[in-house]
Amino acid sequence: MRNLLLNGVALATLLAAGIPATVLPAIAQDDFLAAKQGGSMIVTYKDDVSTLDPAIGYDWQNWSMIKSLFDGLMDYEPGTSTLTKDLAENYTISDDGLTYTFTLHKGVKFSNGRELTADDVKYSLERVTNPATQSPGAGFFGSIDGFAAMADGSATSLSGVTVVDPYTVAIKLSRPDATFLHVMAINFASVVPKEAVEEFGADFGKHPVGSGAFTLADWTLGQKLVFQRNPDYWKAGIPKLDTITFEIGQEPTVALLRLQSGEVDIPGDGIPPAQFLQVKDDPVYKPMIIEGGQLQTGYITINVNTPPLDKVEVRKAINMAINKARIVQIINGRALVANQPLPPSMPGYTKDYAGIPYDVEGAKKLLADAGVPDGFTTELYVYNVDPNPRIAQAIQQDLKAIGITAEIKALAQANVIEAGGAGTAPLVWSGGMGWIADFPDPSNFYGPILGCAGAGDGGWNWAKYCNEALDKDAVAADSMIDPAKAADREKAWSDIYMKVMDDAPWVPVFNEQRFTMKSDRIGGPDAIFVDPVHVPVNYDYVFAKDVQ
Amino acid sequence: MSAIAPDLGSPMAPARPVQARSVLARLLRRPQAVFGLVVIAIIALAAIAAPLVAPYDPQQQFFEGLTLEGAPLAPDGQFWFGTDLLGRDLLSRLIFGAQTSLVIGVVANGIAVFIGALVGITAGYFRGWIGTVLMRFTDLMMSFPALLLAIVLAAIFKPSLWIVALVIAMVNWVQVARILYTETRSLSEREFIEAERSLGAGSGLILWRHILPHLTSTIIVWATLGISTTVLLEATLSFLGIGVQPPTPSWGNIIFENQTYFTTAPWLVFIPGAAILLLSLAFNLLGDALRDILDPTQRGRGE
Amino acid sequence: MTGYLARRLGQAVLILFGITVITFVLLYLLPADPARQIAGRSATAQTVENIRTQLGLNLPLWEQYWRYLTNLLQGNLGRSYLQKTEVSALIASRLPASLLLMAGAIVCELVIGLSMGVLAAVKRGKFTDNALMVLSFIGVSAPQFVIAILLLYVFAVQLGWFPIGGYGTFQHLVLPALTLGLLGAGWYARMMRSSMLDVLRADYIRTAQSKGISGAKVLFRHAIPNAILPIVAMIGIDIGMFMSGIVVVESVFGWPGIGQLAWQAIQRIDIPIIMGVTLVSAAAIVVGNLVADLVAPLIDPRIKLR
Repeated sequence: MRNLLLNGVALATLLAAGIPATVLPAIAQDDFLAAKQGGSMIVTYKDDVSTLDPAIGYDWQNWSMIKSLFDGLMDYEPGTSTLTKDLAENYTISDDGLTYTFTLHKGVKFSNGRELTADDVKYSLERVTNPATQSPGAGFFGSIDGFAAMADGSATSLSGVTVVDPYTVAIKLSRPDATFLHVMAINFASVVPKEAVEEFGADFGKHPVGSGAFTLADWTLGQKLVFQRNPDYWKAGIPKLDTITFEIGQEPTVALLRLQSGEVDIPGDGIPPAQFLQVKDDPVYKPMIIEGGQLQTGYITINVNTPPLDKVEVRKAINMAINKARIVQIINGRALVANQPLPPSMPGYTKDYAGIPYDVEGAKKLLADAGVPDGFTTELYVYNVDPNPRIAQAIQQDLKAIGITAEIKALAQANVIEAGGAGTAPLVWSGGMGWIADFPDPSNFYGPILGCAGAGDGGWNWAKYCNEALDKDAVAADSMIDPAKAADREKAWSDIYMKVMDDAPWVPVFNEQRFTMKSDRIGGPDAIFVDPVHVPVNYDYVFAKDVQ
Repeated sequence: MSAIAPDLGSPMAPARPVQARSVLARLLRRPQAVFGLVVIAIIALAAIAAPLVAPYDPQQQFFEGLTLEGAPLAPDGQFWFGTDLLGRDLLSRLIFGAQTSLVIGVVANGIAVFIGALVGITAGYFRGWIGTVLMRFTDLMMSFPALLLAIVLAAIFKPSLWIVALVIAMVNWVQVARILYTETRSLSEREFIEAERSLGAGSGLILWRHILPHLTSTIIVWATLGISTTVLLEATLSFLGIGVQPPTPSWGNIIFENQTYFTTAPWLVFIPGAAILLLSLAFNLLGDALRDILDPTQRGRGE
Repeated sequence: MTGYLARRLGQAVLILFGITVITFVLLYLLPADPARQIAGRSATAQTVENIRTQLGLNLPLWEQYWRYLTNLLQGNLGRSYLQKTEVSALIASRLPASLLLMAGAIVCELVIGLSMGVLAAVKRGKFTDNALMVLSFIGVSAPQFVIAILLLYVFAVQLGWFPIGGYGTFQHLVLPALTLGLLGAGWYARMMRSSMLDVLRADYIRTAQSKGISGAKVLFRHAIPNAILPIVAMIGIDIGMFMSGIVVVESVFGWPGIGQLAWQAIQRIDIPIIMGVTLVSAAAIVVGNLVADLVAPLIDPRIKLR
């Protein structure tokens, strides 16, 4: 296994000057640039791909597929969380920080032959914010002027987006937003051609037409999808592969066995636990494994409205009672113990924070201080897919040791989400639904899951934690758009999360590492196989060694 | 819904009332029935005496029960059947799991037989529009894919031991209802029933004194045979993750939790699997033997 | 006969209608909000509300059901909440795989079950008979998911004789079909044994034997064909058993049929798919039973139409 520190993480909020997409982390530059074009790759997934419509797709499988079929104004350097320009050849920001003007590359074509223009950008943004599209990502565009009117249906066009000329689009915000460029890089902001959307209507997701490195050549429902190289792709030299075949319905155990027999190249769902222990020390397979960090945290939410969990001492006691190292052991060491909401590779992570220590006696004492020395009974909700019920049982045992009896409710994902959203779940283990960042910015970990907005009925803030002072701090931090102030912004966010830890609405348990196994015949810089944004793999930069 | 039930479900000719001692004696002459009885007895004893028999607490997650990397232990001196993926002793969990399987199996089947009897006997005796409505409803429920129905029902209620038993019962009552319906109907068409009715005997009396005794054989057979199905259904629901809640052990959820390791630790799947098989088999053998004994005239059962 | 057929068809339609009602109500009772599922975790309350209105989820139950029914009668099974496709397209793409699996299971059932039954009947009372009958009991009592994992482990992982799950060739079909068919094989073994015993006692067999026709000829020319008919007539009833079995078998073997579809849909509470698969399964069960009921009396005059 080769550990790879994510390159340029500290630059994530720096609005770097445009770096051409073909320049990669130096570590693998020679490999990639010298590689010949050609060859194919087989990737397997267990679950069906629901849609390839960028305005709607929000799954593990289709997230990176959509990135390979479509482009947006911004993107990230491959294998990193460093922002870079994509369709936007250049951009300028007005002095008040409210207007971003993007100039597009010329000659970018959709796969139906037509050139991509600023009108398409405006159309795409309006489409994703239009309630009729039912996009799960509409909320990300909240800072664009005119969003509110689009959302409640009183307007059909985004007043903040103006087409200055066929290659220039200006976007005006209603407030300064330091995450705006990240939002322009997210899948939901991908540019789609109006005529294709109108032609296919609701089935556009099955017949995607984009400007990306690949096009969809074939889709057999429930069985496989085939991507084909876009020969007219506007970035020279990419992609290297001619075709990618995605096979669906493959159990991870089976996929791994097929990898070992040379039938598939990448099991997209990762390495199942039992096999992980076998292959990680096997000299034949060890070199095929690539490890990387993820922008992910697994945590227990504690409902701050349910007595006696409404007492901060009780919540801190729960924090102290959990043996996180043991939980990591149960998942075969494939995570790092977490002590705060943000994952280590996220800017704003507080490096020298010790966290709430594992201290059973101290926990019991805190409970006594809070007035419940004999403990109490409560419920722990968990998603009923392995390994989460096991982790829940480990948590249950830890809580029992300090006198808290937690009954486990292992339910289908939708039921857990429902209970969490309704506020009827006192404790929820987030496993299987653990928060993975939508984009590499600290604000993404706050709003929906720790902010007051998410604490309403049905919101994803299952702890129902609402600290209005922190909300104000968050808004202030997000208005620091000056790149020179990036370090200050990070510090601001770090402070916010430290204050969250003081209130202890969560028990941060671990940050899962990503392990991708790939066959020997495909190559590419390691980082793209554990890409933090093109999750799980950045298909555009993979090449086939057997055509060299 | 079918006019022909498969061979094993066809109505029995009403037999003379059951005499327990002779039945037991005849049972003991059949090796298969003996095997069934012995297995059930062993498992029941293990379930009842679980706290005494099990070497460890089934919920206790041992630190030494997992390797440093989190892998379960193979059977060894300390843990005779090895450990599961949380470091708990598999043998202890198996023994306590017998409680779950047996209790749910018996209770669920009991409820199923009760509901089935209620529906079937009422429909068969009173006939008329009550009978038609009840039997059409039974046909309807029979056309539901059983497992799908169970899964949906389980998703509606917050899961617990009793809810699981109830769900299984709601899926399994139909066959019993159908059989008791046919038997009750043929019974109540006999002349002596007509005679009794014309003498003014109330329905309750007739049912209690004349019809029910002839149905006891069928009910006993189904009360036994049905348990094999309910045990399997409980195991399947637990295997899918929607059975009894952790950490309560059930043979099915032991397999569910540990199946990802079946290539490296297959005993975690096959030992509980064998237990499920044995219990279901035992009830099947016992029920089959009971049916032979209680109604030797049934078509095709010949010795 | 036509009267009977018409009556049974009418009942079948009523049953299917009843199933739509019950399933719809049950799914309505599920404690999950599809609008929120679709809207995803980053959605605003407004988006969720919009989706809810668009899907008609805030309409009263009977009105939602009415909409569903009218669509259904036009052949529209609705659109999956999470897969963004027509349910009918999803089911149509996966149904052939399930049908193939069931066909394979029927073949296994018949081949294994019938031969066991014949052999047991011929060797009646001896060790072979007892052994085979115990085996048949085991087949009936075995939990299908354990058999699935066992076959996968022994024959695919360890011995490598078959592929480890998946779909595409004949080899992929063998293990799943065996698993699904084992339960029925147990039933058929015992039924065939009974049927054979009945037939072997019949007069015409004795006549043939007294005429000096060889044992094998009697067996294969006269006994087996007559014994098989009543059994085979009841294959339709297996469909009910299969519809439950495919959920587990397809999931363990990664077989892309409607069982796998149903299981995934249930986990994500994708109601249109659950409704669609339940209806299709129930329709198959009804048809299977109907066929069995119609065919059986033709074959065995002792069975009367009810």
